[in-house]
Order: sequence, then structure tokens, then C-alpha cells
Amino acid sequence: MDLEHTPEEDAFRKEARAWLAAHVPADPLPSLETEEGFAAHRQWEARLHADRWSVVSWPEEYGGRGVDLFKWLVFEEEYYAAGAPGRVSQNGINLLAPTLFDHGTPEQRARVLPPMASGDVVWAQAWSEPEAGSDLASLRSRAERTDGGWLLTGQKTWSSRAAFADRAFGIFRTDPDAPKAHQGLTYLMFDLRAPGVTVRPIGRLDGKPAFAELFLDRVFVPDEDVIGQPGQGWRIAMSTTGNERGLTLRSPGRFLAAADRLVRLWRDTADPSDTALRDRVADAVIGARAYHLFTCANASRFAAGESIGAESSLNKVFWSEYDIALHETALDLLGPEGEVSDGDWQEGYVFSLAGPVYAGTNEIQRDIIAERLLGLPKGRLAR
Amino acid sequence: MRFLLDDEQAEFGRTLDRMLSAAGTPRVVRAWAAGDPGPGRALWSRLAEAGVFALAVPEAYDGLGPGGPLPVELAVAYVELGRHVVPGPVVETAAAAALMADLPAVAKEWLPRIASSEAVVSLRLDEAASPRDPYGSCGPYALDADAADAVFTVSGDELRLAPGHGPLRASADPARRLFRPSPGGELLASGPVVRESAARAAGWAAFLTAAQSLGVGLALLHRTVAYTKQRTQFGAPIGSFQAVKHRIADTLLALEFARPLLFGAALSMAPADIAAAKVAAGEAAYAAARTALQLHGAIGYTEELDLSLWLRKARPLRDAWGTPGACRATVLDASVPAP
Repeated sequence: MDLEHTPEEDAFRKEARAWLAAHVPADPLPSLETEEGFAAHRQWEARLHADRWSVVSWPEEYGGRGVDLFKWLVFEEEYYAAGAPGRVSQNGINLLAPTLFDHGTPEQRARVLPPMASGDVVWAQAWSEPEAGSDLASLRSRAERTDGGWLLTGQKTWSSRAAFADRAFGIFRTDPDAPKAHQGLTYLMFDLRAPGVTVRPIGRLDGKPAFAELFLDRVFVPDEDVIGQPGQGWRIAMSTTGNERGLTLRSPGRFLAAADRLVRLWRDTADPSDTALRDRVADAVIGARAYHLFTCANASRFAAGESIGAESSLNKVFWSEYDIALHETALDLLGPEGEVSDGDWQEGYVFSLAGPVYAGTNEIQRDIIAERLLGLPKGRLAR
Repeated sequence: MRFLLDDEQAEFGRTLDRMLSAAGTPRVVRAWAAGDPGPGRALWSRLAEAGVFALAVPEAYDGLGPGGPLPVELAVAYVELGRHVVPGPVVETAAAAALMADLPAVAKEWLPRIASSEAVVSLRLDEAASPRDPYGSCGPYALDADAADAVFTVSGDELRLAPGHGPLRASADPARRLFRPSPGGELLASGPVVRESAARAAGWAAFLTAAQSLGVGLALLHRTVAYTKQRTQFGAPIGSFQAVKHRIADTLLALEFARPLLFGAALSMAPADIAAAKVAAGEAAYAAARTALQLHGAIGYTEELDLSLWLRKARPLRDAWGTPGACRATVLDASVPAP
């Protein structure tokens, strides 16, 4: 048992650190949930991509460096320690790309991945619907067969980044007569600027248009933009939750860096005799270390050929609640300034509040933990 | 990086688990709590045969560690000791062994006997032993001094063999029998090396208590899962209700995020890493006790149910050899980001 990095990993860390030191913008970019900030973050993606730092874990042919999970962890540590900008392409990189690697065709990968890596095409997700949130399989938006493709009709909502993104991915009902709700669904990619698409940005809690509603009226999707077989959409969407995605949705580096910033804030501002606040800062440090080591253990399991499944629900509940607690502590340290909304901590706080809701609510995740990891009986609700 | 137990380490844990399951530890614990250490000493002998105490002793003194104690294997073992609520000064004995490693005369006399469990020993560190007590682990009591073959005390830079002990002070966990060592006694070693050794021993004690806590918490969780699967109310197993499930899920979550902190500490044995593991495992096990008590309902609030053996241990272990407050302060002391 060890936590050692190889000389290659150390060299990779050094290279990443040097590049980031030379390229990370000195001043923070405007919020990526604004039009101006979205454009600035897209430019940053292009800058990363130009030197092949945007998708280090992807194969080289798609713009990556083909590094393993351990080097990915190293990169993420350096990335966030350097104070580099948030990733506007993260939905595509963390959710769609793994799906394409597992279920896409070589043609799809060659066509979709390079512009995703460069930020030329930024992807939004289109999962939820007004009547289908946690009960996602009850979704109603449909795709009807037409010549050479499908026609999408319906409504998607809470579509993160869709206000300014270029394309979207999600699942649609292609067989309304299928016997069970999660059957007859198909995984599709579509253009947010195609005829028949109306995007209505939605202001999140602080008013910034971080997500949008999508109204779809006979939007044409060519067959080449179906991922996997029609009717297999649910299986495909769920299959990537238990693999690396469970690990890579939130990197430990992000929280290690945030905990360091919190300790600095505490040293600069806090009354040392306030042990209640001190304990919360210590818990943030302990939590970041726990999350880091938990991820190291899971990465080691992957490297040893094992897979993780429902354990990714432990991950999701942990980081989403951790993120809120960390930011609440920061706001308390800021005192009266905590209310002023234009700071990094305040923006991070608003962002963190959504964590327990998206990517599968924490209530659903706790059901999964209890039923699949501990074998507790299913409830009375049929699922 | 391979942050996983190897096959041999994992099998060692499973072997201890099987052995202790078969041993029926609740009966042993109840006897120990009633002042009859016989069955407990017999169990210690079997643990010694499995190599548990030798892990804390260097090879030069009939132990298994090439240079000093073997932290990963000890963590594996002490999780199992916690899971099966093995009574006695298990932590104190291993910490005393760590303390003696650099004190040749004492080591020669005691370490072989500790490795074989011929000697069950207890330990008390005085506030004065350490100018800064990083875990808040110094206290007035020596655990199970009545059942121990020796009680070692460190005060300032002196190591002594306590000449006796005061009356039993009842612990919240009756299987933890608390005594004040009598003052004075034979001087075994003195000088700065004692102070350094005591500081190291305090780290081992905090670390092994964290491992024990994790085991206690895991046992509480699994007993609660089993109970909520079979207990029926409103025509359904109570484990099918979301309020119950979610509390159990949170319990697993806290324990599973304490585990990597424990093994991370095993790899570095750095005070801040030990302190982080101590806080996380202690709090997770205590939360598991609260969950277990609540979800068992009234039967969980009884002494006769064996669950009480774990329930009553979780809280004392959370504070023994490292209070949450002192440990959190130590975590922050070490966490000074570069300006």
C-alpha cells in the first residue's frame, strides 16, 4: 500500500505546473454564467487545448495526452492549485465524452471530440423535463422517426450552460409503447441552434443564466447523432455513472485547493479564540484530504482492474455537501463582506448550493447507497 | 500509487474477523466488565498467536516489525478488534510497545512479553510528558490497570512502573475500567529520549484508537442494517422507509470517508494525518452509535442487548487518546499554505 507518485508522474506535475504558472490569467475571468464570461472561458479552453492541456486523459488523436487516472489527478491538483478558471466545457468532457468512448462510433468520436476539446463546441445537457426530475425515466419528450433521422418534440429544462452553449445531449422517448418507462428511450445529440429549438435562459438563484429551458418543435436530428442503438438510451446513460465518471465529475484537486484558500482566509481574518469556526475550517481540511484519499483508493481499484458502481453515489453525496459546508465557512469568516455578492467565495457558494440537486439528487443517491451497497429493501414506490 | 491493501493484508483482516466472530466476544466483554479478565486474557493469547501484538514490536525483540511497529497491518488488526469489541488495554499495550522501542533496557525486559501477550500492559501519559499535547491525549487514568501486568507512566522525561492504582472509576463503557495509577514507582528510564518516545507513543495510541473506532462504527452499521431488514412495522421492513435508509446511508458515508484517512495516516504517521483520522473515525463511529440507537428503538436502549457493548464504546473512543478539538487544532497547525 502506498501513495507514491512515479518519476513520470512527478515530471508530468512539473510540466503542468510550469505551463499553468505561465498561462493562468492573472485576474479571474468574469463569471462563466454570463455571456461575457462564457466567451472568456471558451477562449481559455482554446488556450488549454493549443498546448494539449484541455483533456489530458483522452487519447492523443482527440487532443489529449492519453494519461491514466493518476496523472489526471496530478493535473487536476495543479490546475486548481494554480487558481485556473472553471471549465465551461465540463458537461461535455465529463458526461458526453465518456459515453462516446463507451458507446459511440469511431466516426462520432472523430467528429464530436476534437471541437469539444478545443472549446469550439460547448455542450449542454438535456436530461430533466418539467415532469421528469428525479424520476427521469418518466420523461415525455419524444423523437419520431423520419427520413434519415429523428424529429424531437417536447420540453427539456434545467439544462446547464444551455443559455450560451452550442449543442446538447440527452435521452428521448422513441417507443411510447414500450412496456416499462425506462425502455424505448434513445440517446441523442442535437444542435441548440437548429430550426425548431427555442432556448429560454433561466436565472439561477443569483440571477445569472446558468441554465435554460429548451422548447423543441420537430427538431431534425440525423441518424449519425444517435449514440448506441435506439431504445438503449437509458442503459447507455446509466452505464457511465459507475465508471470513471463517478470519479472525475469533481476532482479532489479542486477541494484541496479550496481548503488551502480557506485556511489562508482563516489565518488572515479569524479570531484565533473562536474555536467553533476553527473546527469548521479544520473539518474542511480533513474533508478535502478524505475525498482525495478516497479517490486515490478508487483510482487504485481501477488500475487493479476492478470497477466501481453504486459507490459513486457515496462520492456524489460527499462532495456536494462538503462544497456547501466549505463555502458557508468562508462566508462566515468574511463576516459582513460575506453578504456582498461579487466575490469568488460568494459565487462559489451559490454554485455549491445546486450540488445536492443536480447529477441525481442526494435523496436518490442515498436510496442507491442504502439499497445497492447495503441491501436494504426497496420502498413501496415502484421504480 | 497503489492505495489498496495487498492480498495478504486483506486476508489477515478476514482471518481475524472469522476468529473473533467464532470466539463470541460479547460474553468475553461482559466478563471483563464484571471484573473477570480470564476469558479476555485467553482471547488475547489467541490474538497474540495470530501475531497482532507482535506487529507493534520490532523484530529484535521477537516482534514482526523490521524497524518499529507495522502501521498498515496494525490498522487492519485494530479495525477488527473494534468490530468485535475486544476488551482490554489493546491500544495501551501497543502504544507502550512503541514507547519502549528506543529504550533498550526496558525493551529487552518487556517487548518479548508484549509480543506474546504474556504481558498485558497499560499506559498513562502525563500532561508534563509533552510540552504540546497534539492530540489532547494526556489524562489521569490508566485503562484496565487491575487486569494489566504492568502500568507504565510517563511524567516529564521520566518513565516509571506504577506501584499500584486507586479504586475503579466506572466508565460510560463498563468494559473500559479506569484507574488512577499510584504516584512514584520504579524509575525505568529518563531523559529527552523518554519525552520523544512518549510523543511517539501518543501518536500510535491516537492512530490505533481511530482504527478501533472505525471497526466499532462498521459493526454498529451492519448490526443496524440487519435489524432494519427484519424489523417490520406498518406491514413493511423499516429498512424500506426512506427516513431510515437515508440515516443509514449517511452512516456508511462517514465511515467510508474515515477509512482512507486511517490508511493515509498509516503511510505517513504524521501527527496531522493521525489527528485527521482520529477526528473522522471517532465522529463517524459516534454517529453510527446514534443511528444504531435510534433505529433499534427501545430495545437498543437496553443493557441486555449485545448492541450496548458497541453503543457504549463509541463515545469514549471518540475522546480517548485524542479529543476532537485538540486533533482539529493539530490538523490546522500543519496546514499552512505557502503565502
